[in-house]
Amino acid sequence: MSAAGPLSGAPVLEVEELAVTFSRKGEAPVRAVDGVSFDVAPGETIGLVGESGCGKSVTSLAVMGLLPKRGVSVTGSVRFNGQELVGAGDSMLRRLRGADMAMVFQDPLSSLNPTVPIGTQVTEVLLEHREMDRKEASREAVVLLDKVGIPDPVRRLKEYPHQLSGGMRQRALIAMSLACSPRLLIADEPTTALDVTIQAQILELLKELVVDTGTALVMITHDLGVVAGLCDRVHVMYAGKIIESAERHELFARPRQPYTGGLLASVPRLDASRGTPLRPIRGSARDAIPWTQGCAFAPRCDNAQDDCLTEVSGEIVPLEYDGPGRELRCRHPLEYPQAPPGATALGAAR
Amino acid sequence: MTAGAGTEEPLLRVRGLKVHFPIKRGIVFDRTVGHVRAVDGVDLDIDRGSTYGLVGESGCGKSTLGRAILRLEEPTAGEVVFDGTDVASLKGEPLRQMRQRMQMVFQDPLGSLDPRQNVESLLSEPLHAHGLGGGKAGIAEKVRTLLDAVGLPAAALRRYPHEFSGGQRQRIGIARAVALEPDLLIADEPVSALDVSVQAQVLNLLEELQERLGLTYLVIAHDLAVVRHISDVVGVMYLGSLVEQAPADDLYEQPLHPYTRSLMSAVPVPDPVVEETRERILLAGDLPSPADPPSGCRFHTRCPWRQPTRCDDEVPLLRELAPGRLVSCHWAEEIRDGALLPKSAEEVAASMGASVRATGSGRIETDALVQGVDQPIERR
Repeated sequence: MSAAGPLSGAPVLEVEELAVTFSRKGEAPVRAVDGVSFDVAPGETIGLVGESGCGKSVTSLAVMGLLPKRGVSVTGSVRFNGQELVGAGDSMLRRLRGADMAMVFQDPLSSLNPTVPIGTQVTEVLLEHREMDRKEASREAVVLLDKVGIPDPVRRLKEYPHQLSGGMRQRALIAMSLACSPRLLIADEPTTALDVTIQAQILELLKELVVDTGTALVMITHDLGVVAGLCDRVHVMYAGKIIESAERHELFARPRQPYTGGLLASVPRLDASRGTPLRPIRGSARDAIPWTQGCAFAPRCDNAQDDCLTEVSGEIVPLEYDGPGRELRCRHPLEYPQAPPGATALGAAR
Repeated sequence: MTAGAGTEEPLLRVRGLKVHFPIKRGIVFDRTVGHVRAVDGVDLDIDRGSTYGLVGESGCGKSTLGRAILRLEEPTAGEVVFDGTDVASLKGEPLRQMRQRMQMVFQDPLGSLDPRQNVESLLSEPLHAHGLGGGKAGIAEKVRTLLDAVGLPAAALRRYPHEFSGGQRQRIGIARAVALEPDLLIADEPVSALDVSVQAQVLNLLEELQERLGLTYLVIAHDLAVVRHISDVVGVMYLGSLVEQAPADDLYEQPLHPYTRSLMSAVPVPDPVVEETRERILLAGDLPSPADPPSGCRFHTRCPWRQPTRCDDEVPLLRELAPGRLVSCHWAEEIRDGALLPKSAEEVAASMGASVRATGSGRIETDALVQGVDQPIERR
């Protein structure tokens, strides 16, 4: 069940100092994503985690080049196999998307065309990118649907999206995104709309894919449980910036950013003993954007001191090296004096 | 029946409750061609001052059950006895009076608050409607106390729902529900629309209010971790009926019904160590249609413990296996004692004659099986 260890090799995707600004006439521009950097190697799964509005989905859309041109400025660098994508032409992006990089969205019903049978939608990718003829393509589509665990694929190909259950639709979408064995798969909350038993099936499918095909997977989610089981590295986002990155065991055992710690303490856990109090984070993330000075989390943070607050510090708290494989954006992080305390390794404390 | 019931009559007693929705066909004549059995014979008791958690996946009928208790949905059969009165047979004014004592908190706080009413008007409306609060000054005072109780500033009075964040809106919804000082509060997915950091605030608020006002809760949710956190007794629903009911701790310690087991093993836990070592039971396929539920045990089409006899043709009754622990499975004892071992999802699918296969590689399930299935979440 161990997720694939990152294979050696150059990263498939390198994102550097990515920033996305939305501007509207007569309004101050909103910088939804600011200075985000990460990379993904083949066979590696990384997680972008955060609450709604933290910029995780905008990041993924910017990587795929799916943001509208009007009113949006994307700066920084996104390199796919060494090829720069920011500012790249539409034709090049179109050649890559669906073939070398693919995306699975949250809501499977609205990402499928309701008036076109599943089969046509799956074969479309094959006809476009793999230059198959219709016969070959529909044979391949059967194989793909079978691979993602859709029963009776021949019949399902003729059906329309509304005839499939939520889990089936998400499988069909995954089948489409896998049609050309992409080297990079971005999954944006792929299981949020699904029931837990179906979620477990889909996560198992994604895990298997990464192991079998060496696809690099970027998992975007708000669910820390999903991240814990799936991702090798985790980047926690808040108000458009990465505030902590670490290898998953490290992150869950010793969260350093008070926000990460707060998130973990505020989630009710199935395996915690009853009566374990939840320690919520005060306030809400709603007004944290734009992050122009100091630390955007400071007003909600228990560790915050004067130099975190906007008025005093002036400059933005930088993302800095924090031990091997870890990066942290915080002036007063959570400290772990000796070995990891039992409080965070709840499995042991139980 | 319920654990720790004592001699006191439960506040709410539901017996044989059924809600069937007709499926209509035809353009000129509406023919009823069948029924969706959303709730199909549910019995439950809720003690005063306790919290009953109802869990299940979408489409299992948990929300319909909650709405039928409040008569927001007409029950097809069965009785709902609230504090000695059968709510299912009430009409007109007595029903309206009764609703004062049973209130509801909805899932979507924005959708359940009128966008054109400010907070003051939202919170005073129930008081006006039931002639409570003692005149203008009394109501104004009461509304301020309510706001304070749910942790909103007095400045919120003149503001409208769209000006608040999701968590604050849910607080308004809760304030409105407790305005009439009800005995029973039904909360349908009270936190599922909220961000995790805010979820905890609302859960803590619900607990605090219960303590202060002596409320009785029925909390309906799909999130087992949330339900475990807040409930005294938990009921698990599958396709319109209860499959298991137990005190929260016992249920999570040792789930008895195969469905509860697989449900719990599917919930992700935010701890990589636990995630890597615990038992995982993948279910085959999807929820069958409630319009045409499987014969016998409704879970038999997906059950990893399905046996060749009884499961397919004999409907299991909800029976008491241990004090306070109800389960509807023919083989609950054998499964609990480890005499029966589960099949993998592929085998279940194959035995049902379909190619519904779970996608997990065999390795994962067999690992889990080798480990033994007695502890639901176990470290190696």
